[in-house]
Amino acid sequence: MEFLRSIGITEIVMQFMLINAILGLSMYLVLYTGMFSLANAGFMSIGAYTGVILTQNFDQPLWVGLLGGMAVAGVLAVPIGLPVLRLKDIYLAIATIGFGEVVRILILNFDTLAGSLTGESVRLTRGALGITGIPKITETWHLAAFLVVTGFIMIRLHRSRFGRAMAAVRQDEPAAANMGINVVYTKNMVFIMSAVLAAAAGVLKAHLTRTISPGDYGFDQAVSILAFAVLGGTSTWVGPLVGGFVLTALPEVLRDFKQYRGIVNGSILLLVIVYLPGGLVNPAGWSQLWTRLRGKKQGDTLTAEVS
Amino acid sequence: MLELRSVSRLFGGLQALNQVNMLVPAGKVVGLIGPNGAGKTTLINNISGLDHPTSGEILFNGTPIHMRPPHHIAQLGIARTYQNIRLFGEMTALENLLISQHGRGSASILDALVFTPRYLREERRLRDTASDLLERFHLTQVAKLRAGNLPYGDQRRLEMARALGTQPKLLLLDEPTAGMNPVETEALGEQILRLVREDGLTVLVIEHDMSLIHQVCDEIYVLNFGQIIAQGTPDEIKRNPQVIEAYLGQDEE
Repeated sequence: MEFLRSIGITEIVMQFMLINAILGLSMYLVLYTGMFSLANAGFMSIGAYTGVILTQNFDQPLWVGLLGGMAVAGVLAVPIGLPVLRLKDIYLAIATIGFGEVVRILILNFDTLAGSLTGESVRLTRGALGITGIPKITETWHLAAFLVVTGFIMIRLHRSRFGRAMAAVRQDEPAAANMGINVVYTKNMVFIMSAVLAAAAGVLKAHLTRTISPGDYGFDQAVSILAFAVLGGTSTWVGPLVGGFVLTALPEVLRDFKQYRGIVNGSILLLVIVYLPGGLVNPAGWSQLWTRLRGKKQGDTLTAEVS
Repeated sequence: MLELRSVSRLFGGLQALNQVNMLVPAGKVVGLIGPNGAGKTTLINNISGLDHPTSGEILFNGTPIHMRPPHHIAQLGIARTYQNIRLFGEMTALENLLISQHGRGSASILDALVFTPRYLREERRLRDTASDLLERFHLTQVAKLRAGNLPYGDQRRLEMARALGTQPKLLLLDEPTAGMNPVETEALGEQILRLVREDGLTVLVIEHDMSLIHQVCDEIYVLNFGQIIAQGTPDEIKRNPQVIEAYLGQDEE
């Protein structure tokens, strides 16, 4: 603990690391199934707002807010997923970015919209300023416990029939279908699970940062979540978890570099992407890198082999 | 077992299949031959549900299947292989065979989470079946290797094993001998005959290799430009002038 604090990882940094690891896992689920979806930030904000409204306007405890946020996001993922998951690759990415924007603008104008529909003054999402003064009730152990449970689910998922179907859908959709796998069901279930995880992270984070506004969950956040998964690597579920940890901790650890912090931070990320394209947690990538480095040291042997 | 009634498939202006009628009786091996681009793979895609006919009907044991999604058709008991191998290359041979039994299991994620007896029993059953298949197709040695890294012959056999993992009644083989030498081709032929004799399978095989066709087929259909131009026993087909013309071109005289 003392050591962590000395390198800049205070309790609040650790809490953000845990939250971002959860977000990384929510991204991992969709990528593992071969869906390039950027909807996670949108579901995170649905979760955050639902959770906060439950704890603030309805005086519910945190766990009710958490379950409520997860439930609402999970239910909304169905009508979003069914049409959108017919798309693939970059088209799916664009459509889900669109979804994120729709959510952001809906939340931004929710009070006015609901007000004009009901004829009463509504004060739930509070527009662009967002909700402030949320009590800080998320504890580190909440986050750690949530992450442990999620990790356990990930391990079990990979040893289950459904988890194998996910991998099959990613690798070859038609072949998976010919094996008796319901591709549409698999994709939509994963999309829901991913939405639920993102929403949970949203609720927990809102009760930590104490303030939320629609702008917190825009395109930037969607790309950050993607970065956790890509930097960590998606060959195992540990990758996005590590990615979430590293990307959150790195700027703090590099505090001593003062004004050069951004440069060092960016350079490290660039090095990872160039030399470990499969991400940080990817044994094959490390061994390749190792051969490459050793090859250079030993001089011409490698070049001779190649030519 | 399988019946096609005037099945047509149009791709824009291209008539890929034109009023195809076909009957695959239970327990038989039916061959489908024809020049490149004749529509053979389109036909298999339509039967296995990856594609759907523009008009016509496909009946499997009397049930219309032509508008069903592919996973339904797989669960009804139709399995296939592909012309260009489509294994799950990042997974091991064993995992490929576990996936193929997807439709034969029922344990949910929740079962897996809390280790219910149902999950444990099912998982054991899937693994047993998988190792039987590995043994049968001489793949036990490579069970733990990535399917994408296996030698070509192993991949071909694994694909066949994977099709059998779905426990089909009807097996569709799309050019199973592509890239095989005559010895391997004959061994494959014997394997197909064993599947019919011992497992009671029905087989529809697309093939260019006439030696395999003669070795295994009870009946042959010839497809050219989307139309069935001939049908009969291997010997009849060999002498059919229309077939010779489709394959070798018309005599100039």
